[in-house]
Amino acid sequence: MLAVLIVKLNTFEGVNMTEVYLDNSATTKCLPEVAALMTHILCEDYGNPSSMHRKGVEGEKYVRYAREVIAKCMKVQEKEILFTSGGTESDNIALIGGAFANSRAGRHIITTKIEHPAILQTCAYLEEQGFEVTYLPVDSTGVIRLKDLERAMTPHTILVSIMHTNNEIGAVQPIEQAGELIKRMNPRTLFHVDAVQGFGKFRIYPKRMNIDLMSVSAHKIHGPKGVGFLYINEKAKVRPIMFGGGQQKGMRSGTENVPGIAGMAKAIEELFVDFEPKINYLYGLKERFVKGVSSIEGIQINGPARRDGAPHVVSVSIEGIRSEVMLHALEDKGIYVSAGSACASNKPAISATLKAIGVEKQYLDSTLRFSFSVFTTEEEIDFTVKCMSELIPMLRRYTRH
Amino acid sequence: MYKSFLIKYAEIGVKGKNRYLFEDRLCEQIRYALTRCEGEFEVTKSQGRIYVNALSAFDFDETVENLKTVFGVTGICPVVSVEDEGFEKLCQDVVAYMDQVYPDKNITFKVEARRARKNYPKNSMEINCDIGEALLNAFPEIRVDVHKPDVLLRIEIREKINIYSVVIPGPGGLPIGTNGKGMLLLSGGIDSPVAGYMISKRGVKIDAVYFNAPPYTSDRAKQKVIDLARIVSKYSGPINLHIINFTDIQLYIYDKCPHDELTIIMRRYMMRIAEEIAKENGCLGLITGESIGQVASQTMQSLMATNDVCTMPVYRPLIGFDKQEIVEVSEKIDTYETSILPYEDCCTIFVAKHPVTKPNLNVIRIHERNLDEKIDELVKTALETDEVIEIKYQ
Repeated sequence: MLAVLIVKLNTFEGVNMTEVYLDNSATTKCLPEVAALMTHILCEDYGNPSSMHRKGVEGEKYVRYAREVIAKCMKVQEKEILFTSGGTESDNIALIGGAFANSRAGRHIITTKIEHPAILQTCAYLEEQGFEVTYLPVDSTGVIRLKDLERAMTPHTILVSIMHTNNEIGAVQPIEQAGELIKRMNPRTLFHVDAVQGFGKFRIYPKRMNIDLMSVSAHKIHGPKGVGFLYINEKAKVRPIMFGGGQQKGMRSGTENVPGIAGMAKAIEELFVDFEPKINYLYGLKERFVKGVSSIEGIQINGPARRDGAPHVVSVSIEGIRSEVMLHALEDKGIYVSAGSACASNKPAISATLKAIGVEKQYLDSTLRFSFSVFTTEEEIDFTVKCMSELIPMLRRYTRH
Repeated sequence: MYKSFLIKYAEIGVKGKNRYLFEDRLCEQIRYALTRCEGEFEVTKSQGRIYVNALSAFDFDETVENLKTVFGVTGICPVVSVEDEGFEKLCQDVVAYMDQVYPDKNITFKVEARRARKNYPKNSMEINCDIGEALLNAFPEIRVDVHKPDVLLRIEIREKINIYSVVIPGPGGLPIGTNGKGMLLLSGGIDSPVAGYMISKRGVKIDAVYFNAPPYTSDRAKQKVIDLARIVSKYSGPINLHIINFTDIQLYIYDKCPHDELTIIMRRYMMRIAEEIAKENGCLGLITGESIGQVASQTMQSLMATNDVCTMPVYRPLIGFDKQEIVEVSEKIDTYETSILPYEDCCTIFVAKHPVTKPNLNVIRIHERNLDEKIDELVKTALETDEVIEIKYQ
């Protein structure tokens, strides 16, 4: 096994070029201060919060600190934060735990066609378990129509799950209006928001937006992988889906991932320092990039291009070049991007989101996602645009028949 | 219960004066396979038999699994070895052995004794009869059948006495390294790893060459080929994998030649390059996973067109296999799961919608002349990109 690893390392040896990382929707680099705090906890303050001695109290302190930071930034109560292993687990608890806890009131669930697989696959499981799921369509910019939501609501609807920001095209949903509409039609329907891409890019206040459940992942916001949280409104009925030692009031058994949780809190603290300037900076990068690539022939920007969409995601279709080829050609220049969405792009399946917004057939397999972070520079954007305008005409000469 | 294995081999037995070479190689390969197992072993050759003796605690299943990867082995017999402490004691040991190995006694058996130590007080026939009697007395349901027994119980009288009856089939073939070396053209598909397996089964050591085409193929595709070579090396022994950057040649052919002939011309250059590397590395032939008619580039006409550029023999062990048969072998040797990972390889990226299926060799040769200006230079450059990775299964 080690031999294989060494082989892997060797193949990358000698590659010493500047890297331009434009795949921040897949994951982000961890902040050094986050990593430092985590190292300290792993090596020094490594106590188990459930232990009764001082070492355990030390560990518990970090979890409390994290609760405090996270609750404050969303203006919710500390007890409404549940730590999980990340976005997927949060989505699973919200949907499965929410559906089963409320199945006596009804068995109808509403979601959208452009959700992350963590939602769509969980819904497929719930359908097997006898729940009925309605999938809302979206318009050509990837946004749902409130009319469709209103029409889909029934007295038996127990749960509505809508993603805040789409991971592939950056479309942002009208969460506040949706929340209002849901509660007006049926105050008992739970409203879940998958905010994995939206958290840290927008100010999201669950109480103000009628959100009952909200999923967040740490590694998308310069925190560590393998940790996230689920906001659960204190009045929302949700059942645990994992059982064991009864940690986190029995909602999620298993020793708390203390370094991860503390690291996530640290990342969130940093996130909201100079928040507005950062977001403006991201929009600036996005506009610069869109303007740059728009001058290249045969290019199409999918989803919302301007300030309607997320500040950090741009989906670009390039006529006549398969995304995999374009991706590796950019990789060759040290530029890292995704084909469609990273979570779905390991298997070359056609993206459901791109299909749902009506991207034409010849573009479906020719779409790349560029996603930025506050560490992305204008020079990097310009370099990327330059590489693309050089590579595209060259690659177009060689196509499959 | 078991502390050793008797290794059976078939074809080596008829090799005349070279026999010891084959046997030594087999011992060597058995030792290589056993390095992957927990515990210490000793591999010995005595009186035309090979024994694997465990010198420490070991994992029976793991050891058998690994012995099953050694070409040349036709059977693996777990052996119970006992000291010679008189015939009475032997009978007791055999009864205990049968009781443990066959809990259900509703079976037929036959005893087959061999007396390598001729001073033993009973001869083979007497041993057969007396052990048989002891077993019949011990187990009322058991029956004798000398023609088609369920269990053939062997008793070998040597320095010690070996008792065995179970023969676990081995892969057969000949020990690696008894038949020279070949260069395998390894893609990421299902066929080529199987071809490598089949040829090394005949005792051939293999090296491999992979044609990489960045940016059209990815690092994952390359890693997949490394992983496949690693699985094959479980059987074939260490493999030197040569990775050649083929992109410029491919693009040049695309620019200069008719697109329906791309695959054929591309394969002709792959063969030429593979042959160069083969020669440099002391290989005596090329190995491919081709099978007649499987795809456009594997019709008789296409094979003739690609074969045309080779001066070395090209071995195509799968030539008469159906796809399903190849898949079965790949599942058996565990390459299938890796082979079907969906990464593009260089053979598929520019494939024409309607490639020629009956290429005319003369036409191909004429079109290939379009490449005269730069192709030698490109081939030379490609050969310089050769990255060699030594792959070992550990």
